[in-house]
Amino acid sequence: MRVLRNRVVRRVAETLGILFGVAVVVFVMLRALPGDQITAGLGTEAAALTPAQRQALEQYYGLDQPLVTQFFSWLGNLFTGNFGYSARSQQSVLELTLHALPVTFELAVLSIALALLIGVPLGMLAASRPNAARDAAGQVVSLAGLSIPAFLLATTLLSIFAASFGFNPNGQGFATLVEDPLLNLQQMLLPALVLGFGIAAPILRTTRTAVLEVRSNDFVRTARAKGVPERRLQVRHVLGNALVPIVTMTGLQFGYLLGGAVVVEQIFSVPGIGRQVLLGIQQKEYAVVQSTVLVIALAFVLVNLLTDLLYRVIDPRVRAS
Amino acid sequence: MPRGAVSAVCLTAALSLALTACSSSSGPAPAGSAAASGGSLVVGVTSDPDTLFPWKATQFTAVNVLQNLYGTLTEFDKDLNVVPGLAESWQPSEDGKKLTLKLRQGVTFADGSAFDSKDVKASLDKIMDEKTAAVARASLASVKSVEAPDASTVVLELTGPDAALPANLATVNMAMLSSDDTEEKLTATPNGTGPFTLGKRVASQSITLTRNDRYWGAEKPKVASVEFRVIPDESSIVSAMQSGNVQLAVFNDPLVAQTAEGGGTITVTKTPQLNYHVLQLNAQHGDLKDVNVRLAIQCAIDRKQVLDTAALGEGEVTGPITAPAFKSDPNKRPCPNRDLAKAAEYLGKAGKSGGVTVKTIVSQGEYATSVNEAQNLKAQLAEAKINLELEVLESGAFVDRWVAADFDAAVALNGGRPDPDGSYGRYFTSKGNLNKVAGYSSPELDELFAQGKATTDQAARKAVYDKIGAELENNAAWIWLFAGYTYTATTANVSGFTPMASGSLQYLRTTAVR
Repeated sequence: MRVLRNRVVRRVAETLGILFGVAVVVFVMLRALPGDQITAGLGTEAAALTPAQRQALEQYYGLDQPLVTQFFSWLGNLFTGNFGYSARSQQSVLELTLHALPVTFELAVLSIALALLIGVPLGMLAASRPNAARDAAGQVVSLAGLSIPAFLLATTLLSIFAASFGFNPNGQGFATLVEDPLLNLQQMLLPALVLGFGIAAPILRTTRTAVLEVRSNDFVRTARAKGVPERRLQVRHVLGNALVPIVTMTGLQFGYLLGGAVVVEQIFSVPGIGRQVLLGIQQKEYAVVQSTVLVIALAFVLVNLLTDLLYRVIDPRVRAS
Repeated sequence: MPRGAVSAVCLTAALSLALTACSSSSGPAPAGSAAASGGSLVVGVTSDPDTLFPWKATQFTAVNVLQNLYGTLTEFDKDLNVVPGLAESWQPSEDGKKLTLKLRQGVTFADGSAFDSKDVKASLDKIMDEKTAAVARASLASVKSVEAPDASTVVLELTGPDAALPANLATVNMAMLSSDDTEEKLTATPNGTGPFTLGKRVASQSITLTRNDRYWGAEKPKVASVEFRVIPDESSIVSAMQSGNVQLAVFNDPLVAQTAEGGGTITVTKTPQLNYHVLQLNAQHGDLKDVNVRLAIQCAIDRKQVLDTAALGEGEVTGPITAPAFKSDPNKRPCPNRDLAKAAEYLGKAGKSGGVTVKTIVSQGEYATSVNEAQNLKAQLAEAKINLELEVLESGAFVDRWVAADFDAAVALNGGRPDPDGSYGRYFTSKGNLNKVAGYSSPELDELFAQGKATTDQAARKAVYDKIGAELENNAAWIWLFAGYTYTATTANVSGFTPMASGSLQYLRTTAVR
């Protein structure tokens, strides 16, 4: 029990340490970028400001405070649930994030689902006859997934569907899953396909390698000799034992997706977390970027934690240790 | 096992097909479906307004949204002539030191309160107050005080005649606000006298304006609502128009305009822009202090080649002034055609026959053609032994360097205005608030700009600004290149929209959707 408690305490301490590190790095990097909220808002017109006008604007945006004060005031506010305010959107960062995060989460889940549906079966198919035609086909699919840039695939799909079939649900205002589930799923279809295709490639390769490795184990030969049906053998014995690297890869990719797929979100007008960060950076809305990045970092850490826990479910050896 | 894999692949395909099939049943949103009488117009824009406070708005979307929510004392018509707005008429005194404005009666703000001279005085006083940080403050530099003798009259006491003032009052940065309103209040809830009022805003996604039935104009807006829908990528806006989800959009990139036109379902109208592409020279820096070096650059550039290579030939070679009523003749400049011998002669006069290096900043991503223009200029100038050392910067970094005038030269797309004093007075007069960035002024220019403000006769003003244009080009203050087009794309069911050279969307109020 004490061992478990120590482990939990250590994990929480590590997480807090990581988050603090992320907070410091993001804060410093944002200030190192040229420009501020005034030049981001006014553009070259900022050159026409008198010193008194500039001072008034610095005061308005809180830029007249020393950096240390800005950092600890933001950090302190986080503990009270105040993530900052976006002057551009006229909304608190918390409100913005509560709108964007579910959208990104949904897109990530759908993308991962599609990636698994494409990657795992094709990986198993490729591993079933190494170096045969089906393996070569699998390699071609994975190479395409890795090498076709998301922006190219996204723009091409969007243009073809819109111009040829008049199908472009993303051109309508975005609907959340709660507001209009059917329209929402249509709007998520192409972005999830584009992201899923890209992610399917590493999953396919990982699956192929892991399956090949497991298949060479003695227990597989023994099971087959004992007459275990082929389907059951492949799914329960081979895939079951090959799951750990697949889950690791999936968890990593899922974590990245929670950080927002900026390019795909831009092209398909999906108001996710990636666009929130991008707009924050473009407008130099420091609080928006800092708080949102922290939320993303937290999500990443949590996904990793869940992946670790999943190992215990799928692999009895981890449970035993 | 392979059968398992095949099933999974089939499942994926089935899911995709099922969703696609569902989608075809709903199809694109019909334009008029939102409709109270007049229907709903959807305008595709690449960004959300970055502010809803008109005195601080400079971003394209913000200006165009606010222009439809707020009123100004004067306005521009489709040919950029100054016409009455909230002021029905204006009359300068004989000595030009007083401008009396008669206000329109019966105008109300969106909240129902009446508009009168008290609001005008409060608005102009606040714009002139440095603490407000209004971007148009300098346009009121000639205004000493504002008086409101009665509810429908406003008198501006001026330091001297200012013929550019009526045009300066027409921008949305001079919007008339209710004296009871504050910036904080208006940023959340706009309250203007414009043809539309704010309906609904979904941050980063859309902003919808609804028709203001109390609008003072003789012609009321035709559509019941206008939605500015944020679609961050211009190509995606084209796709949204092709599928009928968006009915109107304005593009700056000629390539995107070509793509839009290619499908055959979208009409693209080209309007020459007031904005101009320029190689800004900083005459306070290094070798560029010598007018002969600047003239050598002037002579070594074939502007048509820059236009053709960087912008697909979409535009016109221009002189300094792009406003239709004051347009400069580019053929009157020194070296209207590329002349490398002349360029070498000027370099020789400057004692730089061996060549010069000019550090040039270029913005990446601020507008579509910037880097291509810079590369073509570099190639052309290299043939005249002028080395354009390019520094391609992210737009934030570019603005930072530009604002600090930290460059020898800058490849830029600058905003033009309908009145040339508004365009260049702030750059090329010794006391102009952008003179540090312009890097050039002279007593002759100060005198000419003062004359331009003091002259009310249109023909006489044109003559003055012709002289200003000549003075700027004879001294190669900057190298003016070309003015591009604004591309207004509309679907077949849209009518009545008039694009303007300023890029303004003020004629959304006359636009109808079938």
